[in-house]
Amino acid sequence: MTDCPDPLLLHGLVDGELDAANAVALEAHLRTCTGCAEELGRIEALRARLAGPALRHRPPPGLAGRIERALADVGGRPVRRAAPPRAPWFAGGALGAVAAALALLVAAPQLTSTGLEDELVADHVRSLLAAHVVDVATSDRHVVKPWFNGRIDFAPPVPELAAQGFPLVGGRLDYLDGKVVAAIVYKRRLHTLNLFVRPAPALASPVAFTARRQGYSLARWTGAGLEYWAVSDVASEDLAAFRKAFTEAVRQP
Amino acid sequence: MRESRRFFRPRLAFRAGSPGRAPATAADVEADRFRLLMLPHMEAAYSLARYLARDGAAAEDIVQNAYLQALRGFAGFRGEAPKAWLLAIVRNCFLDWTRARGAGEQAGDADEADGGVEEDTPEAILARKNEIESLRGTIEDLPEPFREAIVLRELEELSYKEIAMITGVPIGTIMSRLARGRRMLCDLLLPAGDAERRKAAP
Repeated sequence: MTDCPDPLLLHGLVDGELDAANAVALEAHLRTCTGCAEELGRIEALRARLAGPALRHRPPPGLAGRIERALADVGGRPVRRAAPPRAPWFAGGALGAVAAALALLVAAPQLTSTGLEDELVADHVRSLLAAHVVDVATSDRHVVKPWFNGRIDFAPPVPELAAQGFPLVGGRLDYLDGKVVAAIVYKRRLHTLNLFVRPAPALASPVAFTARRQGYSLARWTGAGLEYWAVSDVASEDLAAFRKAFTEAVRQP
Repeated sequence: MRESRRFFRPRLAFRAGSPGRAPATAADVEADRFRLLMLPHMEAAYSLARYLARDGAAAEDIVQNAYLQALRGFAGFRGEAPKAWLLAIVRNCFLDWTRARGAGEQAGDADEADGGVEEDTPEAILARKNEIESLRGTIEDLPEPFREAIVLRELEELSYKEIAMITGVPIGTIMSRLARGRRMLCDLLLPAGDAERRKAAP
């Protein structure tokens, strides 16, 4: 234990900031040094206490509108000199409309072949910008699943995946390709993950794949006559892990 | 399919068509791009401002100023790490705010540092009792350079490089601030003597 490395390296390791050579050397040291291993355990325990979005301060509901008006006043394109919002989510409505249109602008170059993927990203971005991620906000899948009943003519599975690192946030209705689809919302740490579900179109390919588009990851798969599209700004590997967790949970409800 | 696409992309018409007929000017497009890139980070901006200023109303003013400054300086944004870019401006606006308060008010700082920023309504007192509030209070009580490093790393999940960019200090300094901040929090939040107890166990 006389040659313990700089304790700063332990922090670099938990933060994923070490290069491969240092990480390998440090992990070898940790196997033999209980002192460093305990210190690492404490850092990880602390990080677990602080993880998740709960500790962030939420902005008060009026702030978005206030900033919107301030930006409009200095020439940042007035969206609409809005009357005071009637409900908090209306404040984001005008913004959401611009954002949706913009997401398309940004996503425009490849629209001929991959219009659907663009539309998925646009839906995802709009859901975040319009502060309208969920119509029914609950982590209880027994609430989300019946909520879709009567609103759409298929029954999407809504597994709870918190144990796999994807807590359920809620559900909402969205539009895809001109049809109403189910959007089930999960979290991955601070990131929002939208899962769009619709009946698999006739002749739909059963191929599952992941793609990157404008910095967003998409994963597509099918199962039991339904087509799934997961969209998020997490890494592709996280999305692949989500697909795996979801399909396994659906297989054994 | 075609029709639905038109429905979802009303703006593509001018994008694809001749620029001369475009209803939006280049400045409008830029302003829209600003909104798209920066407004999603409003929660991060507010949260950081609130942890720095330890005052909800001040945090709102700081965030609003930051967005105005960010819009003015948007031409200098190189398209990378929009969140870190915005948070750097939030931090500068916080520093402006502390300066504007002047030396006269500094005597009051110590009182506010104890978490007395919220009005002590019965609801606030009740809310403070729960775990989240007590954790937030613990973070707010950290002395300054460490609090900032902890909030940016643990709550905003930014990389060392991004935190260094926001705070304008080298990565090595960020690492040692983070390590010290975490040590303080470990002492406050984790059961004391964990290590000793394990050693004593058979």
